[in-house]
Amino acid sequence: MHLAAYVPGDGDSAGWGGGQGAGSVVGFASFARLARTAERGLFDFLLLGEGPRLPEPVTVLNALAAVTERIGLAATVDATSGEPYELARGSATLDHLSGGRAGLHVMASDAALTGDNLRRGRFLDRAERYPRAAELVQVARELWDSWTPDGVSRPFAHRGRHFDIAGEFGVPRAPQGHPVVIQSGGLGDLEGLGETWDFASVSVSASASGADVVLSRHLSLDSGRVFYADVKGRLAQYGRAPGALKIMPEVTFVLGGTHAEARERAVEVRRRRVSPEYAILALERIWGTDLSSYDPDGPLPDFDPVPEGGSDLARRQVAERWRALSRAKGLSIRQTVVEASGRPSLVGTPGSVAGTLDTLVREKAADGFVLVPYPAADGLDEFVDRVVPLLQERGAFRTEYEGATLRSHLGLGEPVWTG
Amino acid sequence: MSSTHGRGLLHLAAAVDQHVAGGPALFDVDSYVEAVRLAERGGLDFVTLGDSFARPGPDALGVLARVAPVTARIGLVPTVTTTHTEPFHVQAAVATLDWVSGGRAGWQLDVSATEAEARLFGRRPAEPGDELWREAGEVADVAARLWDSRDAVAGRFGGRDKPQHVDFQGAAFSVKGPSGLPRPPQGHPVRVVDATEGQARQTAARYADVALVRAVSAAQAGAVRDELRVAAKDLGRDPDGLRVLASLVVDLGGGEYAAAPGHGGGGPRPSAHGPLYRGGPVDLAELITAWHTSGLVDGFHLVPAEPRRDLERLVNGTVALLQHRSLFRTFYPGRTLREHLGLTRPANQYAGPVATGGDAA
Repeated sequence: MHLAAYVPGDGDSAGWGGGQGAGSVVGFASFARLARTAERGLFDFLLLGEGPRLPEPVTVLNALAAVTERIGLAATVDATSGEPYELARGSATLDHLSGGRAGLHVMASDAALTGDNLRRGRFLDRAERYPRAAELVQVARELWDSWTPDGVSRPFAHRGRHFDIAGEFGVPRAPQGHPVVIQSGGLGDLEGLGETWDFASVSVSASASGADVVLSRHLSLDSGRVFYADVKGRLAQYGRAPGALKIMPEVTFVLGGTHAEARERAVEVRRRRVSPEYAILALERIWGTDLSSYDPDGPLPDFDPVPEGGSDLARRQVAERWRALSRAKGLSIRQTVVEASGRPSLVGTPGSVAGTLDTLVREKAADGFVLVPYPAADGLDEFVDRVVPLLQERGAFRTEYEGATLRSHLGLGEPVWTG
Repeated sequence: MSSTHGRGLLHLAAAVDQHVAGGPALFDVDSYVEAVRLAERGGLDFVTLGDSFARPGPDALGVLARVAPVTARIGLVPTVTTTHTEPFHVQAAVATLDWVSGGRAGWQLDVSATEAEARLFGRRPAEPGDELWREAGEVADVAARLWDSRDAVAGRFGGRDKPQHVDFQGAAFSVKGPSGLPRPPQGHPVRVVDATEGQARQTAARYADVALVRAVSAAQAGAVRDELRVAAKDLGRDPDGLRVLASLVVDLGGGEYAAAPGHGGGGPRPSAHGPLYRGGPVDLAELITAWHTSGLVDGFHLVPAEPRRDLERLVNGTVALLQHRSLFRTFYPGRTLREHLGLTRPANQYAGPVATGGDAA
């Protein structure tokens, strides 16, 4: 079983417990604490999200490389605004500085939500998000491969639909060959806000792109097994072994001494995950207008999202879904945002949670799990102290790190140099 | 802390690039860590690490982020280019370096003017340096606005009750804002600009906290310093908010005392890599003392010709002697790079008269 800890960029879980001073939101001490806890728990990697409320992930991970020794360090990058040269260089630098522990989580955000801050503006049609992300990863691989394993740099040239670049790459081949590529199973920014995941296209693109890890949200035994079989079944046609792509569902968890206690805590955690400020922010990203005068504990806006081009249809659909949810259950803005941000959750005693995770792996519904702790800084302690030992007793999880690189933790081979 | 006559505290910085000019760059993290720790033992204000898409080398901001947790006081100033990068991403990365270092971040702005660099990105053709330096100034401007846009001091955002859109419209880009991150520990991480040439000097006068001047004599450095201060004043800045450091390549391999002819008393000599001082650490201390006490510079940025050897001689020879003579600090009284440089924490430009102006906790 493989385990990772994740601080996602799409939610208020970036708030490290909510409502604390500015320092605690982005302060390095909180990240260092989480990274050390995850390493104490022998986790495969720590994944940092890219989002409006999080510090720049690659910079934080470079710093975390100084206070950890073994754990993998994976950064989320926005494939919609990212340029391959810079992205390949930043992640290869992280791989060098961390001794082969870098990972790259490619996420195709909606340009309509971020474009106002970028040189190219809202340049990308919705339909082009995935093709651009795929080409971005492909070009990054060409750059990583442009140095021979013997340390000789050779010129590269790539001309494709989204990128037309040439020259020499400035970083010698990284310790892992290629940093581990993690593909989001979702559709970017909107996914946490109630958008349906596109099952088939995720499965196809993850298999075809050569991704090493794919994140999913299939935590039930049935849907997990279907997704797992589908993805693994496709690998052979791309010449890949079943073990070459790890399937890791994202999951939140709440533990308790008894099931009743765990359920009680889960209610409280769900409420605190979304602060009043974040609830309004989440709403503004869908409605595309200033909603600061709205009461987070009051009803949703009764008008449609303001048209901005690009993702208008998707935003209108999300707004309709949210309003329907609010009407059906009588939910406030904040309650609706809580209800809609749907990562699957495990609630129970350490024993029951360990049993569920073990079963999911044994039954081929997952290769491991990406845990989203709450609060981010110290919410993982309980899992590491109480669940990991039970997984180890079951023989389901490692009792020590065997290798030094993220690829070795995940049991992945070094990519073949295709120079 | 007036430095009107250049007689304020002496400020010293050193480059920690781990390659000799023209040689291959190093990716070995330990050599960077050792170099920065050594500079910190000497009490230097900050280290610089160069970066360019035009030649091989690691991402400098990434390297100094890696160094931050294993150092405590010294300022960390990577080169960050502004031509082919996203201004919004640049400010986020620099702000993040300030957060992970506890207020020790700076950034040396630079441009990418070559056709080869343009082809690595394929988004815009190569442009004249002057245009690019004007744009670099806009990037510095918008970065400061974004850092001010979410200032949650005492629960207020820049003195108002919500984050500010910055609505910046530059010649080549626009940014709506606000930033998602709280204001960095220093308010604005320190902006460093090499002001030796052309439009870069105008950009420095307007936006830099620290200007570097590659000069072969104190008089030459002093003339640029005067020009920068006058220009800064004309732009409505307090000239005392600008530190001007002479930037020299130092080759300390040549003996204990004597500077090579023309390198000591006569000033450094021009070389392909900038003004070059060649001689012993003691003579370099004399040169630093003479230039600084003449009131023509606020300090020095020293670039070791041979990274390991010359940084070691600089710190253990030159700096130790300056400390012995009470001309340079022996410990860090402050925690942030701004404090080392004697620069105040900038006021928030969005703060109204009701704002407290206090530091973030």
